[in-house]
Amino acid sequence: MATIKLKPYKTPELYLEGFNISPDVFVGKSPSEIASLEGREGKTRIELGDFFEVSGTTGATASDTNILIDGDCSRVKYIGNKMTDGSITVNGNADMYVGGWMKGGSIHVKGDVDSFCGIAMEGGDIQIDGNAQNYVGCAYRGDWRGMRGGTIHINGNAGNDIGTFMLGGTIIIEKNAFIHVSTHAEGGTVIIKGDVQGRVGGQMVKGDIYVFGNIQYMLPGFKEIGMIEHEIVGEKAMFKHFIGDLGERHPKSKGKEIFGNLYLRAS
Amino acid sequence: MPKLITQVGCPYCGASCDDIEVLVSDDGKKILETRNACVIGNEIFHHVSNPDRPKRPRQRQTDGTMKEISYDEAIDFTAKTLIKAKKPLIYGFGSTNCEGMSAVARVAEKAGAVLDNCASICHGPSFLAIFDNGYPSCTLGEVKNRADVVIFWGCNPMHAHPRHTSRYSIFPRGFFTNKGQMQRTVISVDPRETDTAKLADIHLMIRQGHDYDLFDAFRTVLRGYDIPAEVAGIKKEQILEAAEKMKKARFVMIFFGMGCTHTDGRNHNIDAAISLTRDLNSITKASIMAMRGHYNIAGPGQVWSWQFGFPYCIDLSKGTHAHMNPGETSSIDLAMRDEVDCFVNVGTDAGAHFPIEAVKHLKKHPFITVDPNICMASEIADLHIPVRVVGVEEPGVVYRMDNVPIQFKKVIDGPEGVPSDEELFDRIYIRMCELTETEPLWIHVKEHAKASSSQVE
Repeated sequence: MATIKLKPYKTPELYLEGFNISPDVFVGKSPSEIASLEGREGKTRIELGDFFEVSGTTGATASDTNILIDGDCSRVKYIGNKMTDGSITVNGNADMYVGGWMKGGSIHVKGDVDSFCGIAMEGGDIQIDGNAQNYVGCAYRGDWRGMRGGTIHINGNAGNDIGTFMLGGTIIIEKNAFIHVSTHAEGGTVIIKGDVQGRVGGQMVKGDIYVFGNIQYMLPGFKEIGMIEHEIVGEKAMFKHFIGDLGERHPKSKGKEIFGNLYLRAS
Repeated sequence: MPKLITQVGCPYCGASCDDIEVLVSDDGKKILETRNACVIGNEIFHHVSNPDRPKRPRQRQTDGTMKEISYDEAIDFTAKTLIKAKKPLIYGFGSTNCEGMSAVARVAEKAGAVLDNCASICHGPSFLAIFDNGYPSCTLGEVKNRADVVIFWGCNPMHAHPRHTSRYSIFPRGFFTNKGQMQRTVISVDPRETDTAKLADIHLMIRQGHDYDLFDAFRTVLRGYDIPAEVAGIKKEQILEAAEKMKKARFVMIFFGMGCTHTDGRNHNIDAAISLTRDLNSITKASIMAMRGHYNIAGPGQVWSWQFGFPYCIDLSKGTHAHMNPGETSSIDLAMRDEVDCFVNVGTDAGAHFPIEAVKHLKKHPFITVDPNICMASEIADLHIPVRVVGVEEPGVVYRMDNVPIQFKKVIDGPEGVPSDEELFDRIYIRMCELTETEPLWIHVKEHAKASSSQVE
């Protein structure tokens, strides 16, 4: 696999929109061609070379291309936007929309990410070593089709609105989350290893949520129906099984109503 | 002989009363008396005669003092600042007419700015919920004539919209509600005992920030499922009693305010409220409405949705398309993240309404305020441009909280030489076109405005 390296040498005054930082765009281009790719800082058109030193080679296809960003991207948005294949590694933080509208490939951010990580994602893998802000794997505003596939793994904490309007795929949060998990979900799995303050599964139609810690405020629309043993992300445990959101509409299959499942680890 | 002008619109709250009568002096320059207006509306009309009102733009000097400059100089400064900035933010518009909003949209597009309105810190989350879940709403006339169960959720019209309850929601006698208040059941959901809550038949004193849980409880009950003994600090019996009132109603009306849109969950609270309204419609008739704050804060949503496809938080910096995603393109987030390098505050007071940290960030860059009066935003600005007061000195179209357009009147002449918002922004637009050597594009402009702006040229 060929690696192309971007080394940030200048911090943008506002925020840099790096919507071209993707193996699909970089493939087959020389470092100088990549340095002249368009980016935006507010209304000013910039070139990636204005902020990054570009070196290395790209592969013959996107899947053979690894982009290594060797430095902090706290002020760079849209890394890995709409990518379909290949890989991106960021040795530092990244800003909003990491892996937004992503279809395949993998992204590894070794620091924190801001909001909208994996927004409207369809496939691929995102691994965040630090914390994520709000809207992990959510839908775009007004879209009822949220995350459809792929995996997002956050090693730290996440904020609110995780997996809103989710239809498929998996989100794993290793630590705590704030509020609104799988709101309006019609599929997919969200696993939270830590605690959640509340509003887990609000307006949920279908899908699964696993919470290993505590839920401070359980929604009134969830009803406990029993205990169940599950093995999830390599951990076997007993869970209290809740169904809901009973206040929301639910489809019927073979005459039986299908509910969303919330599994809360029994202490 | 003083002249009585009737059917005047009131430029204060979102109820946009249009039955005000104003007594004007013979020379048409002074307001003597107003009738029908609430105490705040009355004050707005008399405010224009304040002798301390600024009548020329004032620019901050290097020693920190403000010095009067001409309108041409102010327009030139604003045009140059907007062109130079990489990402300007133009914010406000709660208190101006739709003509001014349309004019500023041309400026924003030319400047590659982010265009935002007060909804950003007000009913913006309601827009997001409406995008997600629709808006089964009605007009205030229908509320007056039909609603027999009225729910005030996180709002206090007795103080914020003083004539709302007497004109539309609690007291008036309508076609199917001819017994007025006697026929209406009022439910207030508020963590405090507000004056509206005191008027209510049922007051649900909710635990602050738990609106979503209570909406969920109502929806669960309506679908025939059981709920826990207490939800959001409210006993199950009280929730069942309120749910029973809603089910037995002929027409349920839910009004919601800042208590819903700016507590945790924000758009999700409204989203759940909309779902509850939809659920109620399978049992009886129900409708929902946002208690919009200013008399024309529904206006930018209408005007800009038509022009750009989005009601607020519109990022026009891309040049090719409008981008909207609150959380990124919303004023407070842009300010807190240091993502803008110029701020124009129009017809609102960001100095008073924004968190102090956001204002501190904005103050690092040029800060321009367009407002008829002295306010906090005008006093910290680098440039303050006074304009005429819409609804008093300037006519125009405004949208009431139920999105009904109303033509507001002018009752007296404005101070000499002071332009309206529309005239000011058209002149700034012309100056920007001159500076960039481009032809002005008069799209979405009315014929008479086009004529008057060419005279300015």
